[in-house]
Amino acid sequence: SITGACRAIQKLTRVRVVDNSTLGNTLYHRPPKCIHVYNKTGVGKVGDKILLAIKGEKKKALIVGHKMPGPTMTPRFDSNNVVLIEDNGNPVGTRIKTPIPYTLRRREGEFSKVLAIARNFV
Amino acid sequence: RVSSDGKPPKFQPPPKPVIIDRRTQKEERRFLSPEFIPPRGRTDPLKYYMERKDMIQRRKVFSIPEFYVGSVLAVTTAEPHASDKSKRFVGICIQRGGKGLGATFVLRNVIEDQGVEICYELYSPRIQAIEVLKLEKRLDENLMYLRDALPEYSTFDVNMKPVPRMANEEIPLNKLQVRMKPKPWSKRWERPKYNIKGINFELPEHKMQAAQKWSQPWLEFDMLREYDTSKIEEKIRKELSEELEK
Repeated sequence: SITGACRAIQKLTRVRVVDNSTLGNTLYHRPPKCIHVYNKTGVGKVGDKILLAIKGEKKKALIVGHKMPGPTMTPRFDSNNVVLIEDNGNPVGTRIKTPIPYTLRRREGEFSKVLAIARNFV
Repeated sequence: RVSSDGKPPKFQPPPKPVIIDRRTQKEERRFLSPEFIPPRGRTDPLKYYMERKDMIQRRKVFSIPEFYVGSVLAVTTAEPHASDKSKRFVGICIQRGGKGLGATFVLRNVIEDQGVEICYELYSPRIQAIEVLKLEKRLDENLMYLRDALPEYSTFDVNMKPVPRMANEEIPLNKLQVRMKPKPWSKRWERPKYNIKGINFELPEHKMQAAQKWSQPWLEFDMLREYDTSKIEEKIRKELSEELEK
């Protein structure tokens, strides 16, 4: 999606769901938007959980890549990517084709199931 | 040899030596990495001298090849969380920034329809290998407009083979004119401030002329902005060649 000045994810940013879940891939007349970031600051980076409004429902999601340049050696994506997640951390989809940064592997404990369905790492 | 009629054999003059003057060729084609040239300012040159010493130390241990903006590189870095502890990324160099030890270059590639850019530090100890797959130059020094160009211009095969190159060939200049996605773009690339030659603008004439309103033709004649690096480059080249031969 096209976000303007603030390129990390905050309230009302349009995001792109990258897994193969039905909720993320069915077309709707409004793009999925972030309504809350579970963070002390309201800005979400890679590995933060956010609340998404998709198709009139609320769903939690995990940020797997954003347009904002991060620390050197970390990848910067051309779109704000997000993976849908349940409250207990289980991913909704079954496959993630888009590349995921290796930095998520550091928190293997929380995101092990999401990392297990990811195909490419960058 | 058997002499004919008892006389000594006919005098064969030795073959003429072929003189290949390599000195002139070598001096023209030496490449100085842009991060060695100090920025214009009033800082003590001692600071840049010390940084250059550290850069030379690193280059003695790890070879950093010659590359330009627009060449395709493959970089292997140490990654603690990867399965075999290293990660390889192939991409086109879109920008070379920074001076001294903090010199960086940004590689861009499109993987599975997702554009990915990684900014690497040239002198970082985490980099294990830099391989130049295709050495070439482009019409511009900064290829940031590839983000707004059609993705086919930024896709490069991850398993591509290095393009073979002769030792003393000229670096090929790729005069590719890139086609863009429909506007809006992240920056208004048609404006003269960016001075981009590598885009095939398909905009109507009146838009191109409206963009020329922001041109600043007096800038090229501004003497205070001049920075002649020829003498500095000579000194640094001499220093480098001396140090690297030790």
